[in-house]
Amino acid sequence: MPKVAMVEALSMAMGSELRADKDMVLMGEDIGINGGVFRATSSLQKEFGDLRVIDTPLAETMICGMAVGMAAQGMRPVIEAQFMGFVYAMVDHMISHAGRMRHRTRGRLSCPMVLRMPFGGGIHAPEHHSESTEAMFAHMPGIRVVIPSSPSRAYGLLLAAIRDPDPVVFMEPKRIYRWGKEEVEDDGEELPLDVCFVLREGTDVTLVSWGAMIKETLEAADKLAEQGISAEVIDVATISPLDMDTIIESVEKTGRCVIIAEAARHCGVAAEIAANLADSGIYNLLAPVKRVTGYDTVMPLYRMEMKYLPSVERILNTVKKVFAVS
Amino acid sequence: MSATVASFSVEYHQFLDRDGRLFGDDVPELAKDFEKLISIYKLMVQTRTFDFKAIALQRTGKLGTYASCLGHEAAQIAIGSAMRDEDCFAPMYRDYGTQLYRGVTMTEILLYWGGDERGNDYSGPRHDFAWCVPIATQCLHAAGAAMVYKLRDEKRVAVTVVGDGGSSKGDVLEAINAASAYNLPLVIVIMNNQWAISVPRSKQNSAKTLAQKGLGAGLHSVQVDGNDYIASHLVMEEAIERARNGDGASVVEMITYRLTDHTTADDASRYREDAEVEEAWKSEPIARLRKYLESEGQWDDEKQSELEKEAAEMIDVAVKEYLNTPSPGIASMFDYMYAELPHDLQAQKEFALKEAE
Repeated sequence: MPKVAMVEALSMAMGSELRADKDMVLMGEDIGINGGVFRATSSLQKEFGDLRVIDTPLAETMICGMAVGMAAQGMRPVIEAQFMGFVYAMVDHMISHAGRMRHRTRGRLSCPMVLRMPFGGGIHAPEHHSESTEAMFAHMPGIRVVIPSSPSRAYGLLLAAIRDPDPVVFMEPKRIYRWGKEEVEDDGEELPLDVCFVLREGTDVTLVSWGAMIKETLEAADKLAEQGISAEVIDVATISPLDMDTIIESVEKTGRCVIIAEAARHCGVAAEIAANLADSGIYNLLAPVKRVTGYDTVMPLYRMEMKYLPSVERILNTVKKVFAVS
Repeated sequence: MSATVASFSVEYHQFLDRDGRLFGDDVPELAKDFEKLISIYKLMVQTRTFDFKAIALQRTGKLGTYASCLGHEAAQIAIGSAMRDEDCFAPMYRDYGTQLYRGVTMTEILLYWGGDERGNDYSGPRHDFAWCVPIATQCLHAAGAAMVYKLRDEKRVAVTVVGDGGSSKGDVLEAINAASAYNLPLVIVIMNNQWAISVPRSKQNSAKTLAQKGLGAGLHSVQVDGNDYIASHLVMEEAIERARNGDGASVVEMITYRLTDHTTADDASRYREDAEVEEAWKSEPIARLRKYLESEGQWDDEKQSELEKEAAEMIDVAVKEYLNTPSPGIASMFDYMYAELPHDLQAQKEFALKEAE
């Protein structure tokens, strides 16, 4: 079986579900003949036609608003925001309608849609192409937020997102779209949307991360092993709802936790995880919970972006601090 | 060199003048279908009686903030009577006339404005969208519904309503554009009642009509006297059947007037002259249809008082049902958030129930 990158695994998942579910359609800008600017929908229009893989006018609010309407009338639209920087024109429909539809109609209508988007920095992109604002969506009731970090998890999580009966924001870490190729079987098997993945078992410190930062986090764990520190690495993956049980269980074992996120720090998902640890895991902690995050600044243009994003070195320096106190 | 490459016009439709006189030589069949007109007239009166009652309930602390539909009865009911059950309605927040015609109950309207989500669980067409408070967003939901009907090759039409104020929002233009790009079975009604809370129509833009927004994307775009039921029904029927037959979407601007405050939380005397409102009452839709029916020998004072009595009784039943509806309960805050309640929310639900003990 040939190895595939995350972006190809996503394409496989969409193709698999387009084959299995006649109610599923893809909509977005340049997703048809062009296959998406990152080629995530490459060749899908050729296979399924332009009534299943639908190029849209250049109007993000329209794409999301129509998806809400289509989902409420029984279809399963999977829409793409070309970059996360352009998703803000869709936010009104996500928070005001998608996340509320089932609740406010007492289940009469629902909104089984997926909003996909590439996000995050590190690819030398122009302005507005590099932010990570998953916390914004995670704060919205009624919406699931999912971020894969490997080809196989991308495949299984996207399938689950498409089949989920409620709206899912599916954020794709574009910096690792083509990193870490794996063999991914196109077997239609989904992954659960409510559990974290333990990527590496360890006993001394729990490193919690998601998205593209998993790459640096795993590298940091390798470096720590060289120093005799055994790090457990958890990929949160399902940002909302959040599986704190897996994280707390790990911290019960290690007593130390460092959370790594490329998003800005203030009110971020890392803060929510830290607050939950303070609430439910504090007696197991041997050291304060530390965060390694982006800064609370505007994401810089690309000459400085690698200084903004947490590096392996910043992770290691922070881990050093949680060992200094105990 | 220069040449005209495209030119446009917007037609205005009216059959009944404001004194209820039929004019023009082309008398439509509907104008002589008195059985239908009387049933429509009855619903118009019921709608208005209900509206007055809802305002009274709010004034006496028995209902939350309520958005009146006073003055919109003909336009709203015309939308309803031109649609089929299987068509889909995406309302704004004061479209009771259309909704009552389609089967939403008075009790449900009261429940919604009485702070209870169960009001949105319509007994009317189950596929119709819920009341939409964020301005103009419903236009894109209707476009999405129309997209579904097109993709599934179903002969159904989506109809939505937005105000003159709402027509300034991008969602309307994006819905119009989508309808044009995909040839959607969609009708967008711009309910021009002259006021967006305190901002008059003239401050939304300086175009002669709001209907012409549709022309920018090549849609069939017309204006109609929204206080004339006959014209409104016929214009809507034509627009809806065009859409059903694959001949394209329409923008229908209905000219009407909001005869009272924006909602019960508003005070229109702060921003508009009484004289303007008094003048608007002379064109209001119910008196107009009544005068027409009377002039045709189809209606009289006795029938009117019987109708008013029936309407009051019907509304009393709805009000009682609304006031006697027990609280939805704390669990209901959680139970409809997801198809299956996530475990963290399950914990919050248990906490909330325990706190309430």
